[in-house]
Amino acid sequence: MKRYSIFSLARNALSHHEDWPQAWRSPEPKPAYDVIIVGGGGHGLATAYYLAKEHGISNVAVLEKGWLGGGNTGRNTTVIRSNYLWDESAHLYEKSLQLYEGLSQDLNFNIMLSQRGVVNLAHSEHDLRELSRRVHALRLNGIDSEVLSLDEVRRLIPILDCSPAARYPVLGASVQWRGGIARHDAVAWGFARAADARGVDIIQNCEVTGILRDGGRVTGVETTRGAIRAPKVGCVVAGHASVLAAMAGLSLPIESHPLQALVSEPIKPVLHTVVMSSAVHAYISQSDKGELVMGAGIDTWNSYAQRGSLPVVAHTVGAVCELFPIFGRVRMMRSWAGIVDICPDASPIISRTPVEGLYFNCGWGTGGFKATPGSGWVFAYTIARDEPHPLNAPFALERFSTGALIDEHGAAAVAH
Amino acid sequence: MLLIHCPWCGPREEVEFRCGGQGHIARPADAMDISDAEYARYLFMRTNPKGWHYERWNHVHGCRRWFNALRHTVTHEIRATYRPGEKKPPLPDGTT
Ligand SMILES: Cc1cc2nc3c(=O)[nH]c(=O)nc-3n(C[C@H](O)[C@H](O)[C@H](O)COP(=O)(O)OP(=O)(O)OC[C@H]3O[C@@H](n4cnc5c(N)ncnc54)[C@H](O)[C@@H]3O)c2cc1C
Ligand SMILES: [Zn+2]
Repeated sequence: MKRYSIFSLARNALSHHEDWPQAWRSPEPKPAYDVIIVGGGGHGLATAYYLAKEHGISNVAVLEKGWLGGGNTGRNTTVIRSNYLWDESAHLYEKSLQLYEGLSQDLNFNIMLSQRGVVNLAHSEHDLRELSRRVHALRLNGIDSEVLSLDEVRRLIPILDCSPAARYPVLGASVQWRGGIARHDAVAWGFARAADARGVDIIQNCEVTGILRDGGRVTGVETTRGAIRAPKVGCVVAGHASVLAAMAGLSLPIESHPLQALVSEPIKPVLHTVVMSSAVHAYISQSDKGELVMGAGIDTWNSYAQRGSLPVVAHTVGAVCELFPIFGRVRMMRSWAGIVDICPDASPIISRTPVEGLYFNCGWGTGGFKATPGSGWVFAYTIARDEPHPLNAPFALERFSTGALIDEHGAAAVAH
Repeated sequence: MLLIHCPWCGPREEVEFRCGGQGHIARPADAMDISDAEYARYLFMRTNPKGWHYERWNHVHGCRRWFNALRHTVTHEIRATYRPGEKKPPLPDGTT
């Protein structure tokens, strides 16, 4: 791997940036691997990277039916935070945030992590109490978090309508300063390049169409480019988790829904932090390019079509305009949807399955971008050792039979 | 946006409705005797198909009654809506 640095940048400037090497190879699939990862989103690529880096398993293929990061990884609004209420989630997401903090150096790829703070607004006494409870729980878990008074909110975000006559009056907020945003494509590309450098084969335009088994054991996968063998297969396909599970005769507690987002035309810097409100279901940040990035809620019906209904978007835009009257005349440029894998407790499944050698990592739903490095890190451990790391042990499939759900639906404030 | 035919009220806009997820899930009659895993299958596991889906809808901002629908999860085509208790229509492509 040619390292990126100020010197390589200067050297390549001399040749008008025409001689950069490819960031990763596009090899033909081999007949067999030690591990196959299905799904070339951020989570799948991170899993492959940590398999090679932490466990010395580099005879690995990542199979992607489309292009790298073309799923939810490239469609999300990139909010990163670890302020989850329950201990299990707090530890897992915090591990991920810590990996994010060193990721640009580790991957030698600028993922443009911007820890600009994530603010959660309270619009009622109840909101305020819930937020304070969460702040205290987080601090007991060693995670940075504080409550902001109305005055502090007003000073931090002058363009927010904090007047008592506002349709959604603001009473206060909580903030995680280490939260923020990152560049989603860079996360996928950085992991791809670093995994490739360690010998991982990244194979795009290769759809898995069947899961090969012998008795109760996985032996490989059937793909649009032929059968590929491996004693271990990890599926990280987000909205398509149930489709892959069905190929192995399994069912999952997951339903797939469209989740929409939209961006405005670029405007001058006006919002320097991430603002979320669960009560009115809207959240917003401003990208480095100047676009306002907003996320909506899910459509209530199941879908695999990567498009949602307009009323859902209209609801979010309406709420954003009430909170930020200054945005009332900004024009929207693009909107899109991704298919998210929703679990009944809004927590992920990172687990072995009843089929030996077959692992699933799914159920991240509307909020898995922030977990990308942590998810790959624990999933690599689980696949390499055939047992979960203590961080993901509570996130096994068995919790749906034992009843030990990790219910973040109400607890995590906003679902992203 | 979907145009949904409520079996009681007729065609109405999607915003009047709420989807209730997979339909025709029968509560196990012997709920006290089955294993936790079997009960979890009833309570949590879903088919979530990429294709035709039998599902429940509620006309929340209308007659507020529940009904069933057969809808495609990629094209979003609604092939049929019918009242609870009515037999489910066959899948369009002839499978069961
Ligand atoms: C609009 C929107 C906003 C969001 N906002 C946030 C946010 O602000 N913060 C946050 O933390 N999270 C957010 N999320 C959630 C986040 O995007 C996801 O949880 C996360 O990116 C999932 O990563 P992944 O790698 O598991 O999935 P993906 O990136 O979807 O990757 C899965 C890959 O599997 C491939 N695949 C599927 N089936 C097959 C097959 N049969 N064979 C081969 N490949 C297959 C797909 O093509 C896809 O590339 C948002 C999601 C959306 C849609
Ligand atoms: Zn009706």
